[in-house]
Amino acid sequence: MSIRNSVPQQVEDVLALHRRGFLKSAGLLMASLGSWATEAAAQSATTSQGPGPYPILDFRQVDSWIVIHENNTATFYVGKTDPGQGTGTGFRQLMSDELDIAFDKTTCIMGSTDITVDQIGSGGSTAMERDSWPMRRVAAEARRVLLEMASTRLGVPVDQLTVNNAVITAKSDASKRVSYGELIAGKKFHVTLTGDSIYTVTGKAKTKTVPELKYTGQSLQRDDIPAKVDGTLKWGTGVKLPGMVHARNVKPPYACAKLAAIDESSVKSLPGFIKVINKGNYVAVVCEREEQAIRAARQLKTTWEKPATAPFPTSEKLFDYMRTAPSASPRPSAPAVVGNPDGAFSAAAKTIEAEYEIPFQGHTALGGAHALADPSNGQMTIYSNDMKTYGMRRCVATFLGMPADRVRVVYMAGPQGFGRSAAEDAACEAAWIARDLGRPVRMQWMRDEETAWDTKSPAFFVKMRGALDAAGRLSGYDYLARSCDLNHVGYNEPDTVLIAQLMGARRANPAAGSAAMPSDMYAIPNRKMVGEVVGLPALWETPLRTGNLRDPNGPQATFATESFIDEAAAAAQADPLEFRLNLLQAATGDDSGFRRARSIAVLKAAAKAYGWEPRPSPVRRGTGNILTGRGIAYTFRGLTMVAQIAEVEVNRQTGHVWAKRLVCAHDCGLVVNPDGLRYTVECGALYGLSRALHEEVRFNTEKVTSVDWFSHPTLRHADTPDRIDVVQVNGDPNPNRPDLPPYGAGEAVLKPMLAAIGNAIFDATGVRIRRVPFRPDRVLAALKAAKV
Amino acid sequence: MSKIDLKVNGRSLSVESEPATPLLYILRNEVGLEGPKFGCGLGQCGACTVLINGAAVRSCITPVSAVKGEITTLEGLAPQGKLHPLQQAWIDEQVPQCGFCQNGQILNAKVLLDKTPHPTNAQIRQAMNDTLCRCMSYYRVQTAIKRASKAMAAGSPVAEEGVVA
Ligand code: FES
Ligand code: FES
Repeated sequence: MSIRNSVPQQVEDVLALHRRGFLKSAGLLMASLGSWATEAAAQSATTSQGPGPYPILDFRQVDSWIVIHENNTATFYVGKTDPGQGTGTGFRQLMSDELDIAFDKTTCIMGSTDITVDQIGSGGSTAMERDSWPMRRVAAEARRVLLEMASTRLGVPVDQLTVNNAVITAKSDASKRVSYGELIAGKKFHVTLTGDSIYTVTGKAKTKTVPELKYTGQSLQRDDIPAKVDGTLKWGTGVKLPGMVHARNVKPPYACAKLAAIDESSVKSLPGFIKVINKGNYVAVVCEREEQAIRAARQLKTTWEKPATAPFPTSEKLFDYMRTAPSASPRPSAPAVVGNPDGAFSAAAKTIEAEYEIPFQGHTALGGAHALADPSNGQMTIYSNDMKTYGMRRCVATFLGMPADRVRVVYMAGPQGFGRSAAEDAACEAAWIARDLGRPVRMQWMRDEETAWDTKSPAFFVKMRGALDAAGRLSGYDYLARSCDLNHVGYNEPDTVLIAQLMGARRANPAAGSAAMPSDMYAIPNRKMVGEVVGLPALWETPLRTGNLRDPNGPQATFATESFIDEAAAAAQADPLEFRLNLLQAATGDDSGFRRARSIAVLKAAAKAYGWEPRPSPVRRGTGNILTGRGIAYTFRGLTMVAQIAEVEVNRQTGHVWAKRLVCAHDCGLVVNPDGLRYTVECGALYGLSRALHEEVRFNTEKVTSVDWFSHPTLRHADTPDRIDVVQVNGDPNPNRPDLPPYGAGEAVLKPMLAAIGNAIFDATGVRIRRVPFRPDRVLAALKAAKV
Repeated sequence: MSKIDLKVNGRSLSVESEPATPLLYILRNEVGLEGPKFGCGLGQCGACTVLINGAAVRSCITPVSAVKGEITTLEGLAPQGKLHPLQQAWIDEQVPQCGFCQNGQILNAKVLLDKTPHPTNAQIRQAMNDTLCRCMSYYRVQTAIKRASKAMAAGSPVAEEGVVA
């Protein structure tokens, strides 16, 4: 299989176009994934769909990953998507380094299923940690092969050659030189790699060591930004195809409602009306123009029957329900036990207990789910911002009963969805309707629909108990987490995507969901930890569907554990930083990722950047209505360590909380792009702040009542801290290690933020609030109750 | 359907539309502009912002027939390919993540700076408060506004100690 044979003609034309553009202005921004997709889309608008089929590329071929052009430039094809954190630029940095080509002579194409290898797409902060490795190995192999070709061409042994910016020169005779373009242009590598999977695929070449990397480690500007700023980027929401029409869903007005009747005459005479689509409880309306479809969907008269029993409790009663609901974990997980927790509690000088509550929080991307499906030539092309395009392709194919190689997904820019766009609903809907009508169909979810019916991060109830010995040390620890996460919908799957549910699909065994365990390196000698999943009464056709929101349940668990450590520190009248450091230093053993040493390092780095002054909490600071406090929290995700410090102002009169300053010390190993990392960390910290201060899904016993930006609020400009410090602690305690790997950056950052804010509120006011979000009414009520 | 005349980014054109159709759909689907985005359709997020005679207007709740004046979209901010100082500042500060909200961020920032060339932090936060971002680009948006304000005062969009390329 080769790139050229498997790329449909019009995409190939686009690539040719793009290559010509490249020739003209090499050195400037060429094609980000967005501007490429733009051209692909523009091109598709004027030509019919290519003949297909669209098989998945062979990841064992160098040609599937790298194309070197006559003009000595390179295009990288990777199976990842970059929703906006700059990973595409990072891949170019790493691959340019391994290939030995100037960064500005490269471009990267991502995530379109028929022209890039299947690396799943994005998710789980895996871009650098896991998926950059095969890219690096293939680029290194391409370099090795080019050196061999040059050796033959120049008659000079490989070890007598050097490479600089894609030009190979004989060490002893500079006149003997040949460029990559001259060696390979217009031809293919025809080099087969080894390895059973995309994760292990490799050639014979070794990747470079860290000191040999040149672009990696530099703050190169992101290649997707100019087009996002000057308005030239084409988005998945904007693709236009000849003959396309617009669809809108008509959602059930209640969870688990049953459609009793549709009165089509209520919309038949509307301008542009084409069809009402209905199967089971799935209803949509199609019109010629977008505004017509919106109007028709609103105007369509439908009658629904309510379910016999309430699908869920109200949001106010949720935690009462979660406390007592039976565990739905398929096998009740045995508690993880360390030491002798019962013994520690009976010998304790003091015990403390606390319960924490984290509600459902929505993904609420700035734009709703959307897709354009083109059914021409008996195939299906989906234009989408889905972050896991390959999974979406399989989902659409199975859902429609089409061979997978007749379906492709063209990855386009869109509103960042943080997991929602890996379990998104619009593509199957658009494809279903497109096949029915035989015309390209654009589906777009409206705001109320998206906020109410998108996937949610699971609500958590966590009960904790701690034993303090006479010296104020935490000697015992009990953790029970209950996560409302049964039937977790993590990905696009043909039997759980919402349209399938509404049409009656029921998976025999709902996805088990999960309840996270604590993630810290504290040496607490006696611990008992249990994670249980509970389910709501209704699991299907309900807007309370859980999915992966960034680290899917880390922020919830860490809110509990890092609030609790703070409570223990306060009970021991110890400085919260020192208390944590003592717990970390109470053991000396470490793991291969140096997690203990690096935990200590990020806490110390955060404290230093903040100017932390040792004292126990709380200390009421400030006079009048504004009370000021500071809070610290720490955790890890995988091998990435994070410590956060927040300084807050709490208004006693209104309950309003403002995080005035944030410090985030972060260690994710090798830094590919320092400024890109800084921004990912900064935005992740603010996202955590948004969840700490604002976000909560509200519902009554019939439906979700969070339907817009007031009923599911988000962080705003006015909430922005005056100062955000990001400290990159990256490194590891082994100074001689030349191969420091990169670990996942983004998701870890969110985890400690909720607790850092809660701890700061406690420091400022002496009031411990164990329920997020810290909205003014909740904070004010807590302050009033404590007579602050 | 009636014929409605519009002036968009310096170009006069006429479109077929029901008078009540929100301007957003006309700009996106009939005029072919992608700067203004559909975020909420409720006037709450700012993603659909356009300028009409220099004022920020939420095109998702503005009937096309009610438009009196010249429309400028994000695409019209750099007419001769020369970036507006705000756009340059956005690149220098590397502001967008996904970028979906940035149309609204940039255009609302422009209205702010047109009225208040040297805004304080508090003025920036207040003026921008109803322009939402779910990637949380707020801090850099505010930094970029300050950078653009300086560059405009100096008369040219100079890149200062930005991120190096
Ligand atoms: S789309 Fe117009 S304000 Fe949100
Ligand atoms: S940059 Fe993504 S919504 Fe603002």
